[in-house]
Amino acid sequence: MNLHKFANPARFVRYSTAVFPWLAGATAALLGVGLIWGLLIAPADYQQGETVRIMYVHVPSAWMAMFIYGVMAVASAVGLIWRHPLADLTAKASAPIGAGFTAVALVTGSLWGQPTWGTWWVWDARLTSFLILLFLYLGYMALWQAFEDPRRGARAAAILALVGFINVPIIKFSVDWWNTLHQTASISSFQGPTIHISILIPLLIMGLGFTTYYFTVLIMRVQREILSRKIRSLRLFQVQPGDGRVEATPQRG
Amino acid sequence: MPHFLLLVARDVRLASRQGGASGLVVIFFVLSVTLFPLGVGPDTEILTRIASGVIWVSALLASMISLDRLFQADFEDGSLDLIALSPLPLEMTVLAKSLAHWLTTGLPLIVVSPVLAILLSLDGSGYLALVAAMILGTPTLSLVGGIGAALTVGLRRGGVLLSLLVLPLYIPILIFGVGAVEGAISGLGARPHLLVLAGLFLGAVVLAPVASAAALRLNLE
Repeated sequence: MNLHKFANPARFVRYSTAVFPWLAGATAALLGVGLIWGLLIAPADYQQGETVRIMYVHVPSAWMAMFIYGVMAVASAVGLIWRHPLADLTAKASAPIGAGFTAVALVTGSLWGQPTWGTWWVWDARLTSFLILLFLYLGYMALWQAFEDPRRGARAAAILALVGFINVPIIKFSVDWWNTLHQTASISSFQGPTIHISILIPLLIMGLGFTTYYFTVLIMRVQREILSRKIRSLRLFQVQPGDGRVEATPQRG
Repeated sequence: MPHFLLLVARDVRLASRQGGASGLVVIFFVLSVTLFPLGVGPDTEILTRIASGVIWVSALLASMISLDRLFQADFEDGSLDLIALSPLPLEMTVLAKSLAHWLTTGLPLIVVSPVLAILLSLDGSGYLALVAAMILGTPTLSLVGGIGAALTVGLRRGGVLLSLLVLPLYIPILIFGVGAVEGAISGLGARPHLLVLAGLFLGAVVLAPVASAAALRLNLE
């Protein structure tokens, strides 16, 4: 299979439009089943009671937050090396989704922490590294927006994504170590029972549903990016040299 | 090599003649450390406890606010284009400029930090570790910060963006820098933290100029 075939934006739009309804349907089905199973059918935890159901949103969001950063880094590398415009657009379109999942993971974690740990926030290694991940996402998005020329913005953002990708394990490792030096008491109470199969299955369904949700939104966002690029170049094309009109439409990268 | 040294000498000379830019960084450093006792109260016990963290955080910020000097002025007056055309590879140019940045900001911070440690009544056993950690850590700040400075060099609102890009990447240096001091004070030893700092520095020497040079090439097009 030649991947270059799929790097053509027009072909991507055609194929992704064909796949889109299936993905959207799968997302709706998986999230529907997962939510009902997780929130209504699955048993409550013997220690945490009903609050354990936050996990069905919290854990998949955390998975997606990390997965999407990986996708962004790979897409950035592909965009930087082979200059595939679709890879740049994939990285750009992924960032807000990833930031969203990171924020959801942080907020639901906080809501879960209040009843179980007795506090909204602890400076635990995992929480802290997720907060930093959110800032990495935000920095990436801000850098994209700062450039007027989208091609330069794409390359700058790709460099940043790769630097961040090298740094994420270092940051994670250092934050882990930082935490072990200042162990907080709340962590040891988090030694819950190993996950039972009745909890695991809805959790995996939710994880799958979040993944298809990501790809659904990704297709929408990439298609929108392709269209807005087309509009931009058409507008630039419209302005014939010497006919006295000035390009006055605002452009967004 | 002569190009490399010439570039370092040029940048240091420019910094020293531009109205004491290093002095301003040091003043910022001292001032931001001064704010902490005013904020948390003059209780010596608390200050002893937070001294290493306060000094490191202030050093991070002081190093960061001076990053825009790294490429911005040369970019604006066009000399960065000429420097990029010189026989020196752009990666070495970045390394030279980072070295000059460290000589004019990192080094003064290291010299001042023991004095600030006295003001914050840091435990006596932590001084050596603090200076050693800063010697190993501040060059990494200049190198990693160089990536952010190179990425934002042509941008109008570069300053605020720069802090958003660079501060998350500074976190490991902060953690191990403070860890070294805490280790020395608690008797566990500063060595492992210093070794990690040295490792981060060596990694940054190799990798950061590549990323910065890629970003500069993009902005010089």
